[in-house]
Amino acid sequence: MNSVFSNKTALSIFVLPTLIIFCTIVMIPIFVSSYYSLLDWNGIGKGTFIGLENYVEMFTDSRALKSMQNSLLFAGASIFIQLPISLLLALILASTVKWEGFYRTVYFIPVLISTVVIAQLWSKIYNADYGLLNTLLKSVGLSSWAQDWLGQKDTALVSSFIPTLWQYIGYHMLLMYAGAKSISQDIFEAAKIDGASRIRTAFSITIPLMKPILKVCLVFSMIGALKVFDLIYVLTGGGPFFSTEVPSTLMYTTIFDTYRYGYGSALSVFIILECLVFTVIINKFIKTD
Amino acid sequence: MSTTTVVIQKRPGFIGKLLLQAFLVLVAITQIYPLVWLAFFSLKDNGEIFSGDVLSFPKKFLWSNYAKALSDGNILSYFFNSVLVTALSIILVLILASMTGYAITRMNWKLSNLTMTLILLGMMVPIHAALLPLFMVLKNLHLLNTYWSLIIPYVAFGIPMAVFILGSFFKGIPRELEESAVIDGCGIYRTFFSIILPLVSPAVATVAIFTFLSCWNELMFAVTFINNTAYQTLTVGMMSMVGTYITQWGIIGAGLMISTIPTIIIYLLLNKQVQKSMIAGAVKG
Repeated sequence: MNSVFSNKTALSIFVLPTLIIFCTIVMIPIFVSSYYSLLDWNGIGKGTFIGLENYVEMFTDSRALKSMQNSLLFAGASIFIQLPISLLLALILASTVKWEGFYRTVYFIPVLISTVVIAQLWSKIYNADYGLLNTLLKSVGLSSWAQDWLGQKDTALVSSFIPTLWQYIGYHMLLMYAGAKSISQDIFEAAKIDGASRIRTAFSITIPLMKPILKVCLVFSMIGALKVFDLIYVLTGGGPFFSTEVPSTLMYTTIFDTYRYGYGSALSVFIILECLVFTVIINKFIKTD
Repeated sequence: MSTTTVVIQKRPGFIGKLLLQAFLVLVAITQIYPLVWLAFFSLKDNGEIFSGDVLSFPKKFLWSNYAKALSDGNILSYFFNSVLVTALSIILVLILASMTGYAITRMNWKLSNLTMTLILLGMMVPIHAALLPLFMVLKNLHLLNTYWSLIIPYVAFGIPMAVFILGSFFKGIPRELEESAVIDGCGIYRTFFSIILPLVSPAVATVAIFTFLSCWNELMFAVTFINNTAYQTLTVGMMSMVGTYITQWGIIGAGLMISTIPTIIIYLLLNKQVQKSMIAGAVKG
C-alpha cells in the first residue's frame, strides 16, 4: 500500500513539471530582478554594476516619490472609502433583506469585467464633451461643474481612483457577506433576546466575528492598490504631467519607453517589498486565531 | 421564534424597509448603469450618442457597429486569440495543479510540506516582479510574439492558487477510498485519474473559473510580450482599437461589449459557482 503512495516515478511525474515551470517563471525572476536593480543597463550588452544607486535615485527623484505617494493615497482611499461601503452593503444583505440574491449578483458584475474595458468605459464617462458625467451634470443644472476630469492635474488623480473603487466594491462585499453569513445564527438569537438593536448587534457581534475576513479584505485592497497598473495605464497613462503616476506605470515606462532596465527593476523590487511589508504589518496588527 | 422576542426586538418598520430597499436599488443602479450605458451606445451612431440624451434606449439598433468592430476592428482575431490562450492556460493549470496538489496532500514523501509552502509563497508574488526577467528570457528563446509567451506565464502564475484550492479538496477525501482502490488493484495513476479526480469536480470548476477570469482580463504580460497584431489578445486589441476609432464611440462600444459578453454569459449561467470561486480564492489564509 505504502509503496503505491510513495511511488517515486509517479511523484516526479506529478510534481516536477509544476515545480520547474513555477520556479523558473515565478520564483527565479525575483532574484533576477533584484540583480538587475543593481545595474546601469539599457538591455543591450552588459550592464555596469552600480550598487544601490538606482534605489538612491528612486527615493530622491520627485517623479518616483510622487508615484509612491499616489499609490499610498490610493490604498488609503480603498481602505477608508471602499471597504466601509462594502461592509455596509454586506451587513445589510446578510441580514435577511428581500431580493438579497439579486442585489448580490448585480453588485458583483463589475468585478468580473476586464479592467481594460472598465478603463475605456470610464474614459468615455469622463469625456469632457459627450461623457456621461458631464451630460448628467448639465441636465441637472450644474453645468459649471462639468469639466475635463482626466485632463486636469487637480481632478485627474481622484477621477482615476473612482473606477477601481467602484469596480471592487462588489468583491469585498461578497467576501464580507460570506464572512457574516458564516456566523452561527444562535448568537444573533441570543442578542435579539437580550434586546440588542440591529446597529448594536452589527457593531458588537457581527463585525468583531468577521475579523478574519475583514483582515483578508484589508490585505487585498491594500495590495491591490499598491500594485494597480491596468487601470491607470489605460485611463491616463500616468498623465497629465505625471499627476496620476503609480510605481507600476512608472516601472513600465522606465523599462519599455526609456530602456532603463536597472532603474525599472529597482522599482519592481520596491513594489514587491512594499506589498510584502504591508502584508506583514497588517498580519502583525490584526491578530486572528 | 416566540412572541416575546418579537416584542423586544425592534424590527424595522415598513418605512425602514422601504428606505433600505431604496438604498439598495440606488447602489444597484450605480453598479450597473455605466454598463447599460455602454450597451446602449454600442448600438447608436455618433449623432445619437452625442445628442446629450444619455438615458435613452437606442432608437434603431445599429448592429453594424458590431460587424465593423469584428471585421475592420480586428476584434474577431483578438477574440479567437483570447479564447485559445485562455483555454490552453486553464487546461494546463488544471492538469499540473491537480497532479501536484494530489502528490502534496495525499502521497508520502519528505519534501511535501516544503513544496507546498514554496508554491503558496508564489501567491504573494506580484507579476511586476517577473515582467522584465521574463521578457529577457522569452526574447532569448525567440518566444516573444507567440501564444506560448502568454500561456506559460499565465499557467505559472495560476498554479499557486490552483494547487491551494485543489489541495484543500483532496485533503477532505477519506483515505479508505484510495486504499480500497489500491486493494482492488489500481495503481497510483488509475487511483488518481479515475477515482480521486472525479470527486473534486467542484474544485476543478472553481479553478477553471478563476483561471478564466485572470487570463481573459490580463493586460501587463499581454501588452509586453506580444506586439504582432496577429497574436494579440482582447485586452491589448481593445486598446489599439480604441486608438483607431477614437471618435467612433459606437464601434468602440461594440468592441468593449464583445470582449465582455463571454464573461457575462458565464456569470449569468454559473453565478453561484462564480461567487463561490471568488470566495474560495480569497479565503486562502
